Amino acid sequence: MNFPILSTLIFLPLISSFFIFLSKDKKNNFSSIYISLFSSIATFLLSLFLWYSLDVNTAEFQFVEEKSWINNFIKFKLGVDGISILFIVLTAFITPICIISCINSVKDRVKEFLIAILVLETFMIGVFCSLDLVIFYLFFEGGLIPMFLIIGVWGGSRRVYSAFKFFLFTLLGSVLMLVAIIVIYWLTGTTDITEIYEIKIPKEHQNLLWLAFLSSFAVKMPMWPVHTWLPDAHVEAPTAGSVILAAILLKMAGYGFLRFSIPMFPYASEFFTPLIFSLSIIAIIYTSLVALMQEDMKKLIAYSSVAHMGYVTLGIFTFTKQGIEGSIYQMISHGLISAALFLCVGVVYDRLHSRLISTYGGLVNYLPKYSLLFLIFALAALGLPGTTGFLGEFLILTATFQKSYLAAILATLGVVLGAAYMLWLTKRVIFGVTQNPKIQTLSDVNKSEIIMLATLAFFVIFFGFYPMPLMETFSVSVNGLIDNYQLALNNR
Amino acid sequence: MEYAIVFLPLIGAIFGYLGKSINKFFSEIFTSLLVSISGILSIIVFWNGIRTNNYDNYKIFEWISSGDFVANWSINLDPLSSVMLVVVTFVSALVHIYSIGYMSDDPHKPRFMSYLSLFTFSMLVLVVSDNFLQLFFGWEGVGLCSYLLIGFWYKKETANDAAIKAFIVNRIGDFGLAIGIFLIFFFFGSINFEEVFQSAPEFVKTKLLFFGFQINLITLICFFLFIGAMGKSAQFLLHTWLPDAMEGPTPVSALIHAATMVTAGVFLVVRCSPLFEYSQVALNIVAIVGMVTAIFAASVALVQNDIKKIVAYSTCSQLGYMFFAAGVGAYHVAIFHLFTHAFFKALLFLGSGSVIHAFNNEQDIRNMGGVRKKLPFTYVFMLIGTLALTGFPLLSGFYSKDAIIEFAYLSNSPLGNYTVIVGILTAFLTSIYSWRLFFKTFHGSYNNKSMPIHETHESPLTMLVPLFLLGIGALFAGFLFKETFIGNHSNDFWQTSIFFINEIKHDHIPLWLLLITPILVTIAIPLSFYYYISNTKILEEIKNNTLPLYNFLLNKWYIDELYDSLFIKPTKKIGSFFWKKGDIGTIDRFGPDGISKLIKIISNKAGRIQTGFIYDYAFVMLIGLSILLTYLILT
Repeated sequence: MNFPILSTLIFLPLISSFFIFLSKDKKNNFSSIYISLFSSIATFLLSLFLWYSLDVNTAEFQFVEEKSWINNFIKFKLGVDGISILFIVLTAFITPICIISCINSVKDRVKEFLIAILVLETFMIGVFCSLDLVIFYLFFEGGLIPMFLIIGVWGGSRRVYSAFKFFLFTLLGSVLMLVAIIVIYWLTGTTDITEIYEIKIPKEHQNLLWLAFLSSFAVKMPMWPVHTWLPDAHVEAPTAGSVILAAILLKMAGYGFLRFSIPMFPYASEFFTPLIFSLSIIAIIYTSLVALMQEDMKKLIAYSSVAHMGYVTLGIFTFTKQGIEGSIYQMISHGLISAALFLCVGVVYDRLHSRLISTYGGLVNYLPKYSLLFLIFALAALGLPGTTGFLGEFLILTATFQKSYLAAILATLGVVLGAAYMLWLTKRVIFGVTQNPKIQTLSDVNKSEIIMLATLAFFVIFFGFYPMPLMETFSVSVNGLIDNYQLALNNR
Repeated sequence: MEYAIVFLPLIGAIFGYLGKSINKFFSEIFTSLLVSISGILSIIVFWNGIRTNNYDNYKIFEWISSGDFVANWSINLDPLSSVMLVVVTFVSALVHIYSIGYMSDDPHKPRFMSYLSLFTFSMLVLVVSDNFLQLFFGWEGVGLCSYLLIGFWYKKETANDAAIKAFIVNRIGDFGLAIGIFLIFFFFGSINFEEVFQSAPEFVKTKLLFFGFQINLITLICFFLFIGAMGKSAQFLLHTWLPDAMEGPTPVSALIHAATMVTAGVFLVVRCSPLFEYSQVALNIVAIVGMVTAIFAASVALVQNDIKKIVAYSTCSQLGYMFFAAGVGAYHVAIFHLFTHAFFKALLFLGSGSVIHAFNNEQDIRNMGGVRKKLPFTYVFMLIGTLALTGFPLLSGFYSKDAIIEFAYLSNSPLGNYTVIVGILTAFLTSIYSWRLFFKTFHGSYNNKSMPIHETHESPLTMLVPLFLLGIGALFAGFLFKETFIGNHSNDFWQTSIFFINEIKHDHIPLWLLLITPILVTIAIPLSFYYYISNTKILEEIKNNTLPLYNFLLNKWYIDELYDSLFIKPTKKIGSFFWKKGDIGTIDRFGPDGISKLIKIISNKAGRIQTGFIYDYAFVMLIGLSILLTYLILT
């Protein structure tokens, strides 16, 4: 195909953000909202078209675009396969939802906020499309800036502390990745990852390089013990920021493991598997326990995200079909569920300006629709079969069991804890007698809120019962990934 | 038709709730009607099955496929699932109809009916599954509905707590079930029942190293599956949620916590009989846990005062019977008891509901009594239920319970002999507490101080008709289906759905064994009447003399308290510890906060050096110069 569909996809949000910048309406920001909504929906439709026209029967990269950028050094190379396409669609799906949520929750500097979101979308789609290490690095780190601004400018009372913490953690990690990328260029003479796959990095260099990549991915994932920026960032971020952070930014690291760490450094990946397993298990148990004791709704959900991401890393490093497919599925699922949960918190936060669990209680008496939606997402988050939350976890645990009984059993215990903190949260927020008199004055979800939440609920349930459209998309690509990995290990 | 059985309740659940604004009575009539149709169709399927021995497997669509991990949504009919279909849909339909009357004043009735239908759907999905994953879906689905229905009165703090407790204890069971499924997939490479069961004989000798122990693979699988069964069926150690679950409305207790959901564990063990049969160790565990539960729950039921809690413990105890039947290899008898138990226990629960209704939500049997003339129908139905439960001759419980004891005897193992003793003893205890409940409720003097006796009232027709139908079941189900289920030719009915390694023996049973249980349960009637109604002083004295024992039983062996201090409190403490000391106190303190503090300190120090005064700089330069000079001179 000659039409540069991927570039269009990446730069459409950026260009429209430029139009928003030019647009002049001081009163109600209508034109900025419409432009951004229109462009993000257009991006989403384009991504669906891309998904539709992608050939899922091959593990090859498709729609490849290649332009020389800096002579003989960096190529602007893009392409997608069955794994990355779903993350692109997820990004393009979540962004319009974030924009709708701004209508209710962002009150000042709406225009700038929308620009930040759209620029962020460009970076995120870029991450999932790039086939060149330097391009990837630019997009990966570039995403930090708008996110940093979203937290730092539109955040809550401790926003500056959180923004800096977020920035410090992620930047420190990524500096090492940059060094690693330079080393790879020295070793192979290219930064094009399809070429690096072929050249194969010498075994003795793999461990250090792998660790350098890990330092960046572990922070973004986030893995224990570098997860502490996430709860703070979530708590202070505005709703849309939290949604993007949880739904998409956290997925970039998981994607990074699949796209870079495993194919480029197969020996190191195998060598460090016990490390990843241990960290994942600690993340699952430790953060589940911490989540149990949280008094702040957003913090609780943030900690639960860390636990859910623990399953993802666990699954990826089983190097089995069930494990990797489960991880990809879990990432998509978590993208939908955590986005929905943060939106749910946002709905009541817009009304009462409190995130504390103790402020609420007995919402069901006055906000029945809201309560039903909240319950659905809480149940999905604790992995109830019939929602997307279940299959990913179950596949991952099935795969983990083939590698280590202990790891699987401990991780399965996390499922019990997951039920405990989610149900306890639901009980304290939704059920019970209404204590706070202010709740009686609250209105139930309005039209735009119900559109966002009901859409998410639909997909959470639909893909829970019928996940095959997703599974079929990445099945062949995952086979390719595993085959190459096995091949590399057998050649030693 | 098979599709209709499973999906009509789901349609009822969805549209019954959505259509609540059409008419005040829409959801209750709609849901009841659909579930009733489903019930009638199940009976047809069951009947056809008995006549023709012809069953099918219907694949709906592929649920998931990841490598070898393949599961379909399917409707798998066989004798076992068709029995379960009848039990589930029949009781469910009656409970739906009963709820119309029982919940008539509740503003949230559409939601209630919708949950009931959703539960029925989940339970049906569970029993017609042809693979472990769909079973797991139904398994957690019924758990969810149980959670929703226990917490139905969401304003009640206790109801919410009970709902969460039920879900989490069940999750612990599910944890075991999940590990069992992982093991099965790992070794058998499939989660389809048929494929797994067919290759089971190949793994009989397989041992694996599990945390340093050499364990037989099949034993290990069965052990974990059984943990799942224990959670769902409220067996000893994982039983604590069931009595608390009585916080839910009474029809829920009848449907979920007596007739159907709690029997899912028994169903699982019987369904997996091709695995359990290859592991004597696992079967012994099943039998022992069943025995302990049977006698434990019966002992606790003796002293409880809440009418529903007594029936709940009784359920626990009867489930114990089913398990030890399965444990001695008499799976068909376990299912037979499950079948008859569904009728009389649902009858007892709904009857209790009728009593509670009559007393305006009073549940303490000490505040009842003397109302047999005011509630004549309820009285008769409760009488039938009690007789059937205690195993009074010719009623349904008699056939199934005695059969359990007989088969235990025939199994002719040391464990079998213990089960015989426990079985007989528990039957006697069952009799005592059942008649205690019955007499204290209907006989003696009227003890309720908050309402005068003439205000107690008989229940409406919608509540009595289901009682009547269940009463018929409790009277005749045992007699009618005895031959089919456990008779000499029962194999013709069960075919391959239940697997026996050894032929079931139908030897002669000594006369004393045949007579001892009926005699004991009959003696128990006048005995309990005397102690609980005519002469209550003796019991008071016994109680006062053995107060520690009494309290031990009254507090349910202190197991809840034990769990609270053993698990719940430490978990919360560890959680706080990790958060305050781990995240904030260690990682943040030495991580980002530490670094930023360090940078601040260093830059402060560095900043202080730059004083801006020329003489400071000149002084430093001078010192530097002199050091340099000294160095040059010395070398």
